Amino acid sequence: MNAPESRELRLALAVAAARAEAPHSPPADPVAAPLAAPLQDARHIGQAIPRPNIERLTQGRGQYVDDIELPRMAHVVFWRSPVAHARIRHIERDFARMMPGVLAVYDGKDLATICKPWVATLTHLAGIKSAPQYPMAIDRACWQGEPVVAVVAKTRAEAEDALQYVQVEWEALPAALDMNTALDPDTPVIHPELGDNLCFSRSLDTGGVDEAFARADVVAEATFDFGRHTGVTLEPRCQIADYNPASGQLTVYHSQQAPHMMQDLYARQFDLPESSVRVICKDVGGSFGIKVHAYPDDFATVAMSILLKRPVKFVADRLESFVSDIHAREHRIKGRIAVSKDGEILAFEIDDVTGIGPFSMFPRTSGIEGNQVVNLTGGPYKHKAYRATLKVVFLNKTPTCQYRGVGHPIACAVTEGLVDLAAAKLGMDPLELRKRNVIPDDAYPATGASGIKLEVLSHQACLRKMEALMDYPALLAEQQALRAKGIYRGIGFATLIELTNPGAAFYGVGGARISAQDGATARLEPGGGVAVMVSVGEQGQGSEAIFAQIAADAVGVPMSQVRLVTGDTETVPYGGGTWASRGAGIGGEAVLQAGLALRANILKVAEAILKREVQSLALLDGVVIDVATDEALLPLHELGRVAYYRPDTLPAGFTPELMVTRHYAQRDYPFIFTNGVQASYVEVDTETGFVKLLKHWAVEDCGRVINPMLVDEQIRGAIVQGIGGALFEECLYDDAGLMKNGSMADYLVPMAAEMPDIVVAHIETPTRSSMLGAKGAGEAGTAGAPGAVVNAINDALRPLRAEVWSQPVTPEKILRALGHI
Amino acid sequence: MTDQEQAPDDLATDARAVSITINGTCSQHHVQPRTHLVDFLREGLGLKGSHLGCEHGVCGACTVQLDGQVVRGCLVLAVQADGRSVNTIEGLSDSGAIRELQQAFVRHNALQCGFCTSGMLMAAHELLEKNPDANREQVREWISGNYCRCTGYQAIVDAICDVLASRKTAQREGAAA
Repeated sequence: MNAPESRELRLALAVAAARAEAPHSPPADPVAAPLAAPLQDARHIGQAIPRPNIERLTQGRGQYVDDIELPRMAHVVFWRSPVAHARIRHIERDFARMMPGVLAVYDGKDLATICKPWVATLTHLAGIKSAPQYPMAIDRACWQGEPVVAVVAKTRAEAEDALQYVQVEWEALPAALDMNTALDPDTPVIHPELGDNLCFSRSLDTGGVDEAFARADVVAEATFDFGRHTGVTLEPRCQIADYNPASGQLTVYHSQQAPHMMQDLYARQFDLPESSVRVICKDVGGSFGIKVHAYPDDFATVAMSILLKRPVKFVADRLESFVSDIHAREHRIKGRIAVSKDGEILAFEIDDVTGIGPFSMFPRTSGIEGNQVVNLTGGPYKHKAYRATLKVVFLNKTPTCQYRGVGHPIACAVTEGLVDLAAAKLGMDPLELRKRNVIPDDAYPATGASGIKLEVLSHQACLRKMEALMDYPALLAEQQALRAKGIYRGIGFATLIELTNPGAAFYGVGGARISAQDGATARLEPGGGVAVMVSVGEQGQGSEAIFAQIAADAVGVPMSQVRLVTGDTETVPYGGGTWASRGAGIGGEAVLQAGLALRANILKVAEAILKREVQSLALLDGVVIDVATDEALLPLHELGRVAYYRPDTLPAGFTPELMVTRHYAQRDYPFIFTNGVQASYVEVDTETGFVKLLKHWAVEDCGRVINPMLVDEQIRGAIVQGIGGALFEECLYDDAGLMKNGSMADYLVPMAAEMPDIVVAHIETPTRSSMLGAKGAGEAGTAGAPGAVVNAINDALRPLRAEVWSQPVTPEKILRALGHI
Repeated sequence: MTDQEQAPDDLATDARAVSITINGTCSQHHVQPRTHLVDFLREGLGLKGSHLGCEHGVCGACTVQLDGQVVRGCLVLAVQADGRSVNTIEGLSDSGAIRELQQAFVRHNALQCGFCTSGMLMAAHELLEKNPDANREQVREWISGNYCRCTGYQAIVDAICDVLASRKTAQREGAAA
């Protein structure tokens, strides 16, 4: 066995060499090489280890915001606009005030006295505009669901009772409700001071597009519609704001993904010192991007706690969730693709219109989703010609913003739909057409046609693995045989790229105060345990579990000795939190670096105690050992005892530093892209229009897989959410701008019986931008599933010369496409 | 109860006296006729393990046992539990009644955020009793009254099937012995 110092050195040199090496050669083996970090005790990373901290959740002993009760805590409920657009004439609060238990009734003007309005724009989205927005509407309500009046009472029931006695005189105003006509001259302009209903527009043209279409042998085109849908976190949005007037301290218990972002926003909007605001996120009952935004009622609840000098709890009920949680994905895209007769994709062109709410959402804006569609369309392929136009228009509907996948599901469904249409026209197998056009695995780093920088991807390896995984030839044969019997089954593919591990390119460069950097603090406790405080929190994806795995390996202790602390701005390092699939890649790297630094410091203490050269020592499984003999020399609890309680026995001038902090920001690329391919196998009942999902496969490459069990189920969950949008979920509005299906009974989310078994496989191409090599895995499932499912449905319908490109693909749409209704 | 003013149900004049056996212990309470069972459990008794996801009987997060049958805690009034027995996730956890299922859920990563988990375990527990021979498809069907937004349901199905299989094995071995 080699001495660890030389092994470590070699590994460190290998890392340095690997980073310097360019261009990258593709991995021969789809499984990542062992972590190239100088780990002495790598037993956890890469293993399917159950999450250590979830037993309490199986016993109903978690703590979600609504489970918290504070002394003198009051409860707020909101009177929300019942119509899409209304002038508020008068608010009569006296009757409500007289109801039992009522503490206060507020309107928008009351809260505006202590909370500044905001305008959600980003400077890197050139020309984006919005209007000032307040915690509650003032004089005018701009969507059904906008908070207008707040009733605070001692109990939720009393507040709801009193709400019935709030009387608001309002006058309906004409509304802008259809994104396709929002810019027409006779459509009312929602904010006259902005001049029109255009929030943001963008056009991109690589040049050569017209020439490519002119010389193409095949041009395929379609109009793709995407229904507006929403995240439906099972735990609704909720918070408790607790302002202490004596200390000036504001504590907010929040079901949120980005606590430091909220700390900054509360401090700025209420003119409080940053240090006087503490945001605590305990258990979060699902987030998916729904809980990464700053909602008007968040600020309203804080304002009321400040005004009332007592804690105020807000928990959205499901009906108000549907009209106040952000919506997403309402797009209409006209797309076309140019292909040569030998199957070379020459160009893509898209024209995208998307309808948002009456305001750009704070602070991430409602422009990002459309911007992503422009950036990502055609993303897996090596064509050079691309043209895109985007119009993001204001509507009097619920505001929209980033929801799991953010533009990816749209860009992917359009791209892959066009590829399938082209394959059908060419008479070429759709998998073969993809194989011929993906950017080859040996061509990285590469730049996509839209200008996106791609560090290292593995499309070819993923497609190869998929073909084998699903036994494509057998499936094709089965499909063919069944068609002869009048059974219409379809196979659909979706190749995808996914943006993860963002640097400051996403928000920071645009002026949003959302940290691109995250941090981890690792502390050896006297008993030998390791406490790790991380700025990336937990919303169920297993962040704390993978951080514990990484810390255990980096320090050299059993995982049972690692304890995680997250979700409290007062105690964890500063950081961005969870969004854009950054938790494992950014937060995980910070944990790795903190763990390695702590181990180095522990060994220095061991050197002082044992009076042996540090190079002769290693830390394995919580024990300092002699590397030459593997002799156990010093357990960590003994080292901790001496370091903390008997420092008098240590050499003069030596101080044990058993708590270290390390930070990480990904600065090599704007984003680290991942890739993958999904396939869907469906059966369409041509009599009823019902779609049965028979099976779904995903091969994806999120770099180093830290815990395959967690990654796999996260991918499956994301696929199921994507399937929800493809087949079931849509916020339906009537002609007056009122949501018609805003309850869980009417808004359909996937249920267990409708979902297929999902086979997940991995290719591991670690990113070289970090030592850990992990990329994000949380959103790729949602990105690819709609495209795969819709392509499968159209594959099933193709012999019947019918096609459906409008999501959700409902039975009705299928029957219309078939001409049955 | 941290604050007397938070106990309106007991103070209200129209409160009704009820006697309910909760997790094996019978006790007397005063509840308003309109109070839902899950609100009474959560707010009146501090049993926060049953969750509110939709409050109209769709999502299943508030599922509890009433006289041994699973019910939606948001569709049953607390007064309807008068003279009856209620088991919550806390009680079933402490009694060990669902230990196998809980361990299987952890082992298979059958939960992410955990918000649906109490109700999901209640439903799964009833399945084990009512249809110990359930196949995979029947498991999927059975838990379709409980929404999970995080997992793809597959790990939940795997966990339940795992317990069904291990019980059958144990039964066979018992019979063979």
